[in-house]
Amino acid sequence: MKAPDILYECPQTVAEAVALLSDDGRFCQPLAGGQSLMPMMHLRLAQPEVLIDLNALAELDFIEQVDDTIHVGSMVRYTTLLNSELIRRHVPLMSLSLPHVAHSAVRNRGTIGGSTALADPAAEMPAVLKALNAVIVAVSQSGPREISADDFFQGIYETALGDDELVHSIKFPAATDQQRFGFYELARRHGDYAMAGVAVSAQSINPYTGLRIIFFGVADQPLRATGAEAALEGSMFKDEPAILEAQNALPADEFTGDVGVSVDTKVQLAKVVLKRALLAM
Amino acid sequence: MAQTQDIELVVNGETIQASVPVRTNLVDFLRDHVGLTGSHVGCEQGVCGACTLEVDGVAVRGCLMLAVQANGSQVTTIEGVSAKLVGRQLQRAFVEHNALQCGFCTPGMIASSIEYIEQGGASDRAAIREHLSGNYCRCTGYQSIVDAVVSVIDKGAAA
Repeated sequence: MKAPDILYECPQTVAEAVALLSDDGRFCQPLAGGQSLMPMMHLRLAQPEVLIDLNALAELDFIEQVDDTIHVGSMVRYTTLLNSELIRRHVPLMSLSLPHVAHSAVRNRGTIGGSTALADPAAEMPAVLKALNAVIVAVSQSGPREISADDFFQGIYETALGDDELVHSIKFPAATDQQRFGFYELARRHGDYAMAGVAVSAQSINPYTGLRIIFFGVADQPLRATGAEAALEGSMFKDEPAILEAQNALPADEFTGDVGVSVDTKVQLAKVVLKRALLAM
Repeated sequence: MAQTQDIELVVNGETIQASVPVRTNLVDFLRDHVGLTGSHVGCEQGVCGACTLEVDGVAVRGCLMLAVQANGSQVTTIEGVSAKLVGRQLQRAFVEHNALQCGFCTPGMIASSIEYIEQGGASDRAAIREHLSGNYCRCTGYQSIVDAVVSVIDKGAAA
């Protein structure tokens, strides 16, 4: 199928973009990298009246360090993140996850802000943001607003973002020397959406402290497993009984199945990815 | 504001001016408006990789970009790859290694392979398979495609 008939705007500044978004009653849809929105338009799952193309907004294409924070503009593409020394050194969980994001030609266009704003429950970025306690900076005509990743993701394609707001950027706390990170996902083909995946951050791993364990591809949003975190807290790295206890403490009642993968299978796969991510930290 | 936009872009070295409906994606524009039918349309969801082509030096999915977004860009399709040495080498290697049967995936395979080789990709079958994992082939079983890419890298002339 082909995309519906649409109008097109290509603002040159963020101020112009948010002015367009606050405009009258038209259904305006920001277009970032388009690697999810374009298929959704082709399938007529998305039928906006006006596309607001963000690709001319050079002011949203930056990666910078401000004290202990790595600040990433929403229009930074996956390939740029993958090649960034700042990201590799200070946001290593992101670097672990990026090779799993689709394929090279898609990573050349797809953006971190687009994935964040879309909030696909099977996508890697929302889970990484949540595992790192990142802060999403939204912008509208009333100015910027900061939203924690815990509050931002609310359901399938549901976020705390208002209709008149854009994701401006994302702030990540720079990793400390003691912190460790793990990431693992199972997909039918490398680069496809995950059947189950997990992003893990820990303040330390021997013993495990301050864990954040976030599953993706298993529920309607990135799912934090606080029971599994509690099971591991205080035990030593690779402690088999603690890992087994964590595997058995997953929030299985919040899991949802999808086409071809039942809830029971997802729970089993989640146990597998959790163990593999923990052992590789 | 109109639902049609005027664009100007360079396709395989030739400047093209056109008025296109906003909803037209880049690969449909190239096929239906410019007449370059070498880039193939498979899934229109970015999954199959048949429409992969080069825009401003990077490989992209032609179906996941609007033609209006290519305004001012340099586009290279399969019809233009023989302007580059690595493109000619890959074309020859694909024939020599029987790396195509029906040929539907070939334009996208070549575009992805050019990007891999130009980025200095190693003659490592696993790495080549990973890079080409976004391109579906339903005939060859991929073995011969990887053979062809390996042979071009091993000859070393691509650098």
